[in-house]
Amino acid sequence: MGLDIQTWVNVAAYIGGGIAMGFGAVGAAIGEGYTAAQASSAISRNGNAAGDVIKSMLVGQAIAESASIFALVVAMILLFTNFPATTPVMIPAVFGAGLSMGIGAIGAGIGAGFPAGSACIGMVRQPAVSNKLTTNMLIGSAVCQTPSIFALVVSFILLFTDFSARPISPTWAAVLGAGFASGLSAIGSGIGGGIVAKQSCDGIARQPAATTTITNIMLLGQAITQTPAILGLLVSFILIFKSYAASSALAPAMALLASGLCIGFGAIGPGIGEGVASSGGVAWVARNEKHTGEIVRLMLVGMAVAESTAIYSLVIALVLVFVV
Amino acid sequence: MAIEGADIIKAAAFLGAGLAMGLGAIGPGVGEGMAAAKACEAIGKNPKEAGLLTRTMLVGQAVSESTGIYSLVIALLLLFVV
Repeated sequence: MGLDIQTWVNVAAYIGGGIAMGFGAVGAAIGEGYTAAQASSAISRNGNAAGDVIKSMLVGQAIAESASIFALVVAMILLFTNFPATTPVMIPAVFGAGLSMGIGAIGAGIGAGFPAGSACIGMVRQPAVSNKLTTNMLIGSAVCQTPSIFALVVSFILLFTDFSARPISPTWAAVLGAGFASGLSAIGSGIGGGIVAKQSCDGIARQPAATTTITNIMLLGQAITQTPAILGLLVSFILIFKSYAASSALAPAMALLASGLCIGFGAIGPGIGEGVASSGGVAWVARNEKHTGEIVRLMLVGMAVAESTAIYSLVIALVLVFVV
Repeated sequence: MAIEGADIIKAAAFLGAGLAMGLGAIGPGVGEGMAAAKACEAIGKNPKEAGLLTRTMLVGQAVSESTGIYSLVIALLLLFVV
């Protein structure tokens, strides 16, 4: 077959575009469905509040949608841009861009649906605090989007960087690994951030007097929950911008691909786990505000321990890039 | 590009190391988070026992961490020994 590089770049761009939008649609749909289910359940308890509940359901769903809109943008760029076929590295680069954005949108979509659903339920329980609930929900869902923004950044860098001066092998594996690292690592942090925000909306409906404390602790917990995604972003940047010695052997290339997979998969568990830990802290600060200090201290210790396996993954990923 | 047997074996070992540590990190991360969430709940219910609860949580998390450490050991063995 006498196919040239340009053909393969187009093939990779179209497959990448399909993956970006296909996976990118998963999370938002689940999150928004959860919100709608909670809103229906809330309206069935008190039909008079239907107007407020539907308003806040739509606002929450709009935010949960944003991750899949990023995926739509990347898919459109992949379909309609004429990528320069100066080097075969463009083939894995455009594919990796689709992979990063597609997988990276799953977590943020699911996560942002949780606080919106919980705010709908809370509004029916405590109609007097619906403004506070909406504000808290907006802050919480917005923070859930950060991992998908990391994935978007990496996918733009992969699309518009000029790789023509780099050696073909092992750069092809580095760009593919970078896509996996930022995409997979965004899943855990997105879902984890959503679990924290859900619990804080719940807590505000239960104990409106403690709103400020609850929102602060939620932000603290969400910030730490984002760290696994930041580690994934870090490894992606290292993989994309480090310069490699040309080599025709398979092992150096496989080490770079494995490095991306390692931090990508390794960040999923700690992201979700830290979210669960922090949701416990937020829930019980709402019930027992007097002992906020003790609860937050224990929450932070627990989150630090949950982070440890992400750090192990980072160590192995960095060893794969720099040592072996 | 002539690929030799030793090269393929090394490549497989690297890929295996990455997958071992990456997939192995999922379980302990989630499990330790659950332990911490329940410990926060327990302190909220009974703040006087904070010391005992912290100790219990850390012991439980250490046990849950063990599979993560196994993954780390296997990854290091794949990278540097085999």
